[in-house]
Amino acid sequence: MLLLAGCSGWQSALDPKGPAAGELAWLIWFFTALCTVVWLLVMAVLIVPLARRPAPVGDPLVLDAAAERSKMRIVVAALAATALILVGLTLLSYFANRTLAAIGSDAVLTIRVTGHQWWWEVRYENDQPNRILTTANEIHIPAGEPVRLVVASTDVIHSFWVPNLSGKLDLIPGHENVLDLKADKPGVYRGQCAEFCGAQHANMSTFIIAEPRPVFDAWLNDQLRPAAAPVSAEAKTGHDLFLKRPCVMCHKIGGTIAGGTVAPNLTHIASRQTLAAGTLAMSRGNLAAWIADPQGIKPGAHMPVVGLNGDELNAIVAYLEGLK
Amino acid sequence: MKRGPLLLVFAILAVAGCQREERDTRPQSALGSGDQPAAVTALEPGGQRPASSDTKAGVFEANAFHLSEGKRLFNWFNCSGCHANGGGGMGPALMDQKWLYGSSIESIHATIRDGRPNGMPSFRDKIPDDQIWELAAFVRALSGNAPKSAAPSRDDDMMPHPSENRLPDAATLGKSP
Repeated sequence: MLLLAGCSGWQSALDPKGPAAGELAWLIWFFTALCTVVWLLVMAVLIVPLARRPAPVGDPLVLDAAAERSKMRIVVAALAATALILVGLTLLSYFANRTLAAIGSDAVLTIRVTGHQWWWEVRYENDQPNRILTTANEIHIPAGEPVRLVVASTDVIHSFWVPNLSGKLDLIPGHENVLDLKADKPGVYRGQCAEFCGAQHANMSTFIIAEPRPVFDAWLNDQLRPAAAPVSAEAKTGHDLFLKRPCVMCHKIGGTIAGGTVAPNLTHIASRQTLAAGTLAMSRGNLAAWIADPQGIKPGAHMPVVGLNGDELNAIVAYLEGLK
Repeated sequence: MKRGPLLLVFAILAVAGCQREERDTRPQSALGSGDQPAAVTALEPGGQRPASSDTKAGVFEANAFHLSEGKRLFNWFNCSGCHANGGGGMGPALMDQKWLYGSSIESIHATIRDGRPNGMPSFRDKIPDDQIWELAAFVRALSGNAPKSAAPSRDDDMMPHPSENRLPDAATLGKSP
């Protein structure tokens, strides 16, 4: 019980903040409670005769018909109870599944989440092409409204798990899975890749940020704009360097010629709370550290060490820092 | 029968296999500008560039990690846009034994870094030097010029051609044994 006290709050399936997680948490508690009762009963039935002084052994061939019948009845009753409990639990989880499946029937938003080694690509679908938004690692959703996540992968199998909001679901290369969830209240919910996917599996986290509708709409409109133009002279230098150096081969910055799609979209990178899929907090220092030595921070990640001198690094960081 | 020494020998042999995939993900930071002299012999079809003093060539060519990284980058940087998975299109085919600028890894490195006339762009400063070596090593694997023990094997998705470690060995191709 004391150990379980550590499970409340940040990234816990026992602290549900949405209907899907609520349903699952209820199921977890009910299963645990029922199994505990059954276990205690079995133990009691086992311990009582063990503790009793054994009766003297009579002739094994002499059977008392009445006693044998009552023993048989007890065994059959226990078997029937076991079968009933198992069928009952199966039905319960079946109905819980139905509830989970119904959450997304009126989803207001479809978000495509693609797993990469080791970050998450997030794409907000829309019928109008100019309203499609691609970002990374942070998923903003309107609080109190159901959203649908369509998940897949480009390399290996990953698993999307935000314990406070829903169960986990695998991201499979070449196959789309659908996960519906809803956050009851605004808040930041941490998630984590839940299927071992290589060297930096542990540093592949994501955040679902639930906001009131107006805040969410403002965020979405803000993110749809092209990147902010560099203001200071240093940032301008950084902008030019970004386009001349290896950055441009993999990353995209909306509104510039940088159009790589194999690495996180940096159009509004400074508006995100973390860097490198939750590995570092967003700050100027961490940005510089990440660019200067990605392999020291996240060994094996696909971000290479690029040769930049101090001035070039400063300029690029100054530019990226302005991409709110 | 004394099995101890025999087992020891096998264990040592097995350890030797580890080097096949040795990973150095944190190289000396250098952009695509190794100490090789700039390509000045571009107008020598079939000509070999002078061997470079760079020791990376040998290291990268026989290393499974670098070869598979090269394969990933070949896709990421859209080499297939012109070279079509090695089959060739706008750019020359890479899976045959015809080399316009030499078949050595140094020549391929120079081709990627400095570009070649009639279309091949220069990726100097656009790709870190080590990644150019990885790409060059993989380009050689496309035509069976990499050791079978290190060349990339099966893809995770649909494959345009047999995996690189199943290609006929370029050194013995077309020659009777």
